[in-house]
Amino acid sequence: MATAAIGSARAAEPPLKIGLLEDVSGDLAFMGMPKLHGSQLAVEEINKSGGILGRQIELIHLDPQGDNARYQEFGRRLLNRDKVDVLIGGITSASREALRPIVDRTTTPYFYTNQYEGGVCDASMISMGAVPEQQFSTLIPWMVQKFGKKVYVIAADYNFGQISAEWNRKIMKDLGGEVVGEEFIPLGVSQFAQTIQNIQKAKPDWLLTINVGAAQDSFFEQAAAANLNLPMGSSIKVMLGFEHKRFKPPALNNMHATANWFEEIDTPEANDFKKRWHAKFPDELYINDMGYNAYNALYMYKTLVEKAKSTKLEDMRKVIASGDACIDAPEGKVCIDPKSQHTSHRMRLISVGPKHEVTVEKDYGTIQPYWLGEIGCDLTKKNDKDQYTPSHLPNKS
Amino acid sequence: MSAELFSLFYQFADVFAFLILSAAGLAIVFGMMGVINMAHGEFIMCGAYVTVGLVNLGVPLPIAQILAALTAGIIGMIVEFLIVRRFYKRPLDSLLATWGLSLIVTQSMLLIVGSAVRGIGTPEGSFAIGGYTFSTYRLVLFGCAVAVLAGLYIIFMKTRFGVIARATMQNAAMAKALGARTGRIYSISFGIGTALAGLCGALYAPTMTLIPTMGATFVVESFVTVVIGGANVLLGTAPAAVFLAMIRMALNASYGQIIGQIGMLFAVILIIRVLPEGLSSVLVRRGR
Repeated sequence: MATAAIGSARAAEPPLKIGLLEDVSGDLAFMGMPKLHGSQLAVEEINKSGGILGRQIELIHLDPQGDNARYQEFGRRLLNRDKVDVLIGGITSASREALRPIVDRTTTPYFYTNQYEGGVCDASMISMGAVPEQQFSTLIPWMVQKFGKKVYVIAADYNFGQISAEWNRKIMKDLGGEVVGEEFIPLGVSQFAQTIQNIQKAKPDWLLTINVGAAQDSFFEQAAAANLNLPMGSSIKVMLGFEHKRFKPPALNNMHATANWFEEIDTPEANDFKKRWHAKFPDELYINDMGYNAYNALYMYKTLVEKAKSTKLEDMRKVIASGDACIDAPEGKVCIDPKSQHTSHRMRLISVGPKHEVTVEKDYGTIQPYWLGEIGCDLTKKNDKDQYTPSHLPNKS
Repeated sequence: MSAELFSLFYQFADVFAFLILSAAGLAIVFGMMGVINMAHGEFIMCGAYVTVGLVNLGVPLPIAQILAALTAGIIGMIVEFLIVRRFYKRPLDSLLATWGLSLIVTQSMLLIVGSAVRGIGTPEGSFAIGGYTFSTYRLVLFGCAVAVLAGLYIIFMKTRFGVIARATMQNAAMAKALGARTGRIYSISFGIGTALAGLCGALYAPTMTLIPTMGATFVVESFVTVVIGGANVLLGTAPAAVFLAMIRMALNASYGQIIGQIGMLFAVILIIRVLPEGLSSVLVRRGR
């Protein structure tokens, strides 16, 4: 009798509000749609199993349509007007950097669910995706060993592309390799005949492709049509943009990437997850890495709130600082690193074959997001609110 | 050395084809008819989607491309009948109406066919010269661009329809008084313009990622080319495309895509400053 009374009192509590900003229209919609779906699946599952701390959760999704100004406007609306308990979302690093100052002025936690170029040391932000020490530090040495020391980079011309290219320069230098060309391409450019000639002139052993968005992805079809035929490596292709599903084979042949998630993972946990997803969204072309991370973000939020017995960022960060912020994700156990608030991941190197079949070349096991901690970011002691890169390190004091 | 020269020609042909094919339809609709068609990109997108849809149904690519252009032309004529013809005397309102149309079409496509469609692959294979390999299909595109220019020349300069159409665009009231059925002329001209837009999408569909907003990639280039070209489509668009393609090719080759894009837009600003009525105004004056 008493428990029933408590139960109904709890149910009367208002739901927890989850503010979600994901692009489901515009140039990046094909990647953003799985992010919305992943969030919806997690919300449905969590609500069915009794919610968070006995409270139901409510998803408030707005579509910023790939526009950074709209990200800021909608972010403010969710934080100030709707008073959401947590903010999740953002696709490009540009959208994340647009949101971060707005979140920093509040006490609301912000989950960024993409893999990215790394380096953000900010107590308001919890990063669920993989970062360069998990992606580039595994991929680039493997590419150099397998294909050779000369690389040509094509990258989207904004912070993600620029900083990722910087990571590549640093790692190539450490390996004694050579960057024979770098091309930064404005978003929206779709014609690559000139780029393909430039690559052939520079004669690289392999390509690093960190081009972003549907327009820039036209590169693959055009390179295949011109018979460019070079091995390619990437931190975002296949698992994130599922180019191997969108282009006719063999456009993505000989593409290599390191990923914490890709739909072809074949383990009982992953298969169970894929089954639940496809039951809810039968038309999904591919469960991409950021959709998967978006799903995990809600479970990580649930774990943090329940361990902290509070929805306050301060209390949740105490759980993170204890090193005990872990969930059993479909890839295996992942934990938030206390110093950087980034997530550990089990990383695998995957390759795409001529028929666009995906094979796992190498399993690196769990890799910690160690870089920020090593260079001196320690969010348990100090909130930097800054983004660091190999050429922009914290002042030692 | 010859490989280098061919490479330069190939780059030029590539940019030229892109400019001509994206601008040809707009040159008629905006350049001649004066309708600021913000939905131009959506007609291009329509051509691309119809092509891919038909190829997936087993229709051979060239036939699918022709059917796609026709589809865009027919839809264009319907749009002209339902919306555009109300705005011939109000060009700024035509901007608003067609912009609204473009938003509706983009979002509807997103809802109906989803955010990404599987590509169909580029045909024709590749060939090699010196150390370079080239996609043969890109030369096909160049050929199509030249053919489109020739076709427009024949339609508007050598046929009865062309004479009446030009008369109608210059002075609709007088043409009507002399017995031209101006309503039909406008409708057919708009149809030709949107069919050419559809053709552009159809031709580029095998080389690009298909998303509902793909038309946007063509729109800036097409408006820029038409505005630089000026009111006379036949004398304006082609020289404008040659000029812009040279600038873009040279800057792309030496300084990369970003400078290529900035440089091209900078050249546009300069030309509009010096020749507010576009290149064709000079060429027409010369001709007199």
